[in-house]
Amino acid sequence: MDVVVQLIDATVRVSVPLLLACLAGLYSERAGIFDIGLEGKMLAGAFAAGTVAALTGSAWIALFAAVGIAVALALVHGFASITNRGNQIVSGVAINFIAAGSTIILGQAWFSQGGRTPSVGGDARFGAIELPGAAALRDVPVLGPIYSEIISGQTLLAYFAFAMVPFTWWVLYRTRFGLRLRAVGENPAAVDTAGISVPWLRYRAVICTGILTGFAGTYLALSQNAGFVKDMTAGRGYIALAALIFAKWKPVPAMWACLLFGFLDAISIRYQGVAFPGIGRVPVQLMQALPYILTVILLAGFIGKAIPPRAGGVPYVKER
Amino acid sequence: MSTPYAKLPAWADYGLIPLINLLVAFLVAGLVVLIVGENPLRAAAILVDGAFGRGQYVAYTLYYATNFIFTGLAVAVAFHGGLFNIGGEGQAYIAGLGVALVALAFDAYLPWWLIFPLAILGAAAVGGLWALIPAYLQAKRGSHIVITTIMFNFIAASAMVYLLVDVLKPAASMGPETRAFAQAAWLPKLNWVIELFGAKIRSAPLNLSFLLALVMAVVVWALIWRTKLGYEIRTFGFSPKAARYAGINETRIIVVTMMISGALAGMMALNPILGSEHRVQLDFVTGAGFVGIAVALMGRSHPLGIVLAAILFGALYQGGAELAFEMPAISRDMIVIIQGLVILFAGALEHMFRPWVQTVFASLAPRTAGLEPAKAEAR
Amino acid sequence: MADAAIQLSGISKSFGPVRANRDIDLLVEKGTIHGIIGENGAGKSTLMSILYGFYQADSGEIRVNGKPIAILSPNDAIAAGIGMVHQHFMLVQNFTVLENVILGAEGEALLGKGIAKARSELKRLEREYGLDVGPDAVVEDLSVGLQQRVEILKALYRGADILILDEPTGVLTPAEADHLFRILGQLKAQGKTVVLITHKLREIMAITDNVSVMRQGTMVASRKTNATTVEELAELMVGRRVLLRVEKEEAQAAAPKLVVKNLTVRDSRGVTVVDDVSFEVRAGEIVGIAGVAGNGQSELLEAISGIRRAVNGTVLLDGEPIDVTGTVDPGALRDRGLAHVPEDRHHVGLVLAFDEAENSILGYHDKPQYLKGPFLDIPAIRADAREKIQKYDIRPANERLRTANFSGGNQQKVVLAREIEQDPGVLLVGQPTRGVDVGAIEFIHRRLVAMRDANKAVLLVSVELDEIRSLSDRILVMFAGRIVGERDGNATEGELGLLMAGVEKQEAAE
Repeated sequence: MDVVVQLIDATVRVSVPLLLACLAGLYSERAGIFDIGLEGKMLAGAFAAGTVAALTGSAWIALFAAVGIAVALALVHGFASITNRGNQIVSGVAINFIAAGSTIILGQAWFSQGGRTPSVGGDARFGAIELPGAAALRDVPVLGPIYSEIISGQTLLAYFAFAMVPFTWWVLYRTRFGLRLRAVGENPAAVDTAGISVPWLRYRAVICTGILTGFAGTYLALSQNAGFVKDMTAGRGYIALAALIFAKWKPVPAMWACLLFGFLDAISIRYQGVAFPGIGRVPVQLMQALPYILTVILLAGFIGKAIPPRAGGVPYVKER
Repeated sequence: MSTPYAKLPAWADYGLIPLINLLVAFLVAGLVVLIVGENPLRAAAILVDGAFGRGQYVAYTLYYATNFIFTGLAVAVAFHGGLFNIGGEGQAYIAGLGVALVALAFDAYLPWWLIFPLAILGAAAVGGLWALIPAYLQAKRGSHIVITTIMFNFIAASAMVYLLVDVLKPAASMGPETRAFAQAAWLPKLNWVIELFGAKIRSAPLNLSFLLALVMAVVVWALIWRTKLGYEIRTFGFSPKAARYAGINETRIIVVTMMISGALAGMMALNPILGSEHRVQLDFVTGAGFVGIAVALMGRSHPLGIVLAAILFGALYQGGAELAFEMPAISRDMIVIIQGLVILFAGALEHMFRPWVQTVFASLAPRTAGLEPAKAEAR
Repeated sequence: MADAAIQLSGISKSFGPVRANRDIDLLVEKGTIHGIIGENGAGKSTLMSILYGFYQADSGEIRVNGKPIAILSPNDAIAAGIGMVHQHFMLVQNFTVLENVILGAEGEALLGKGIAKARSELKRLEREYGLDVGPDAVVEDLSVGLQQRVEILKALYRGADILILDEPTGVLTPAEADHLFRILGQLKAQGKTVVLITHKLREIMAITDNVSVMRQGTMVASRKTNATTVEELAELMVGRRVLLRVEKEEAQAAAPKLVVKNLTVRDSRGVTVVDDVSFEVRAGEIVGIAGVAGNGQSELLEAISGIRRAVNGTVLLDGEPIDVTGTVDPGALRDRGLAHVPEDRHHVGLVLAFDEAENSILGYHDKPQYLKGPFLDIPAIRADAREKIQKYDIRPANERLRTANFSGGNQQKVVLAREIEQDPGVLLVGQPTRGVDVGAIEFIHRRLVAMRDANKAVLLVSVELDEIRSLSDRILVMFAGRIVGERDGNATEGELGLLMAGVEKQEAAE
């Protein structure tokens, strides 16, 4: 039982940044702007969070800075792909490199700790929050550990991430903005003829992407760690992208996909080198590669079909 | 629909605008140097000196350039077929396996000049096969090749870690790498060529792979512009509709183009493995697959441009290493920024300065630039 | 006279050198159905796009309900009570009807109330106009006719008093079209104004009150529908242009080279675009297919040439079948002597980024005379291209220039030279002179006649009636995917115009 609870707890923890990045990508891609630059924005956000937390000692100011820088990069992507109608893949790749390089250069220049930012603690981090009654309920069978170990004791950003799932669903399906967002990713001409500005709508979508990647970066730097470490996203932006495809660009499935990929990650960390009965020792690398393999199989149409937003990746040009 | 913009003279299209894009990329990079608190001009001077100032440096520059020529050609071939191969990194990485198996199997029996061609085949075959699956899925199942090749980068990385840690590592060794190859498998160095010009070289990894890269540049040029296959690849890349009209099989072109691309990326593995380190190490590709994207964009997918762009990036790598000595605040990761900026300005923002250049041209000679009335623009 | 819903005066609009609208005046009376008729490219769609705020006119004035207004965007048009049903529907395919209807007119930031209001409003509209579509149906599951109703509902939900429909029946079955007309009648009865853009005279006569005719960017006439005849309208539409007769001998048609039987083609939406078409083309004759664009001619050519798969039918080339319902290799058809000058030379017939020499082998690039092993024999290709440049007077006479820089006429000559010089037995030609200057037109026409005189079979598709009449030995008229009539080369404009507009009169019937 303990093992299961610990495993689920670990799953939740590693899923949080994936979930934030995945939902971030959802906003942009549902609006028809492909974004393979989630990784870069998350990384830049983590760096900004680490830097500002170290300088000000305030996690909140750090979060604000992380969101600011991630939004700025998202706007660069928007400028390239919406205003300049450039190639969205190329732009995303560029942003990943710019973020990867500049976080190291600036980190080294400012802190001289090999690309790290100084370790922070206390108010400069988003620490675990003990929910009321967690200690008291600990001994209740089944529900007790679930509540006190898994539900309680996560950080504020983790709660935020999971709250974003129903919120995003609500935004997409219950608000005017969401309706238009979904429409512009499917058929921008329909939006245009309805008298709505396509560029402005898409810019707002990429700003949402920026905000959430900023949160994801902050979680990495100030919740999972106590500061920025170089290249700390380690491909999570791409896993999030895979999860987004796996979830067929829908918010609730996105959560499950992120939890699944997080679970694989948690297992591979916990059971490194352990032999399973009947299967034998599963290479940890297979576990790590599994999200990607599953996504390829999905893309190949062997387990359902992932149909991306119809207008995705195509710059909108008025006809004639 | 052909071009959304008015016409410019060819030299402005192929010379001026790319040059402006490149300059802006470097200007922004200079800005980063400023933020770090160093003098960009001095940094540039150190960089140039560090890349070309001594024979030793030149040899290193060309060594790095070798990697980028291969990966740049790989990306360019795919571009010609209208495909974006973002998987050069993984194709090169996994191709290390092809090189390793040849070297490990034959280094006790064969001389380098027999191992080399076998290793080329091994690298090309493994790299090409790694690109085959995404290509096939794109052609037959419509899976977006950008996404699948990204996924294959990660799958390749995981597979190589597994192989190096659990399979290929000799029992006695600590590091995740293969055993060192016997000297028989080492590729001859080319440093003597630079010494012909009077420079002295202590030791540098420049090796025969560089010549292979140049040969491949010529081969790619001939393939794209001088063969029937290249003609078909370009036709499909420019206009899939015209290709269908001309009786060109879409599936065949996608698969063949991607396999050629993967094979070229795979050959990159020869340079560090057979030419320099004489073993396969973890992460030996170190991003060269991605640099290939910048190189191909900057070289406008032409082998000559790619060789020049690869040398530029080789110089940045080598000069960047020297720069890091002189200016500790600037590590070699500066190159990653420049690479990103080049991709941004020469790729995604390719047309940003075009209207501005057109305005300048129009004001200079109102008749040369075809002035279309500004169409209703969604702003 | 009734009040004017729309009054346009002096509207002009140019795209670069093309003058799409020239000094247009138009008056649409309130509460009427007003038809605007004209051939393709007459400027109808441009005019309506100006009215809907997609484009701004270069000059002229728009009055809606008597008030002069500036329409700078679709928003302004919607605010002025103008709604538009586009030829290509502006619907989000995976949205429900309700979602599509409220898009852009949601009311407040939250959808709840807007949806509820739209639901009841839709009920009312459905009742009043017979526009029944389930509000929760997903659009991509609906038939084309129902999707069009959603478009109309969209406009009405926004409070449109003036409804513009652009070629609304092009994608409809006859039954669906009849239903649409009943709906339009209802709208008129409720006091709405309808502007109907079409090229089908039958529709104009059936439901409009007034009709305006456009030709080559100008408004040539306005009539009360009950005071005009189809003959007059057809003549106004095509005009009385001087026919450039190409000098040619009587055709010496011989054995059939190309036989098409019961060919049926559907487009990607599943709409039948070529409907059970049968005909043959014999050696030594030019068969012209006349028709307004979009009546299936393009798809017919594509199916025969192996670019598009047919769902049914057989095609025989020299007596041997072409597997038109299976996989056809256009290259193999070329080997069998079928050449094709496609309609879209920019994206299909040529690769504009290629130089002239490269384009002169497109589709024939695997012929041994152009190859040396796997390599292109560049000197041979260039020599061959130079020869064609000479023979066809292609300018600039430089085979190494990018084709994108050639004029339309010279681009077309590149295609024509390539296809004709391979000495095919059958030549398919689509819109050979679209966007081509006058001098080149004459040249191209002479070449086609020369093909015929060399005992080849030529199938010509053109929306230019003059071209069809001056070249063809036999004329087939296509309308709504079917061949509705066959005439000899001396048919008059009037009778062809009627057939093209879907009017089957007793004397025009076979």
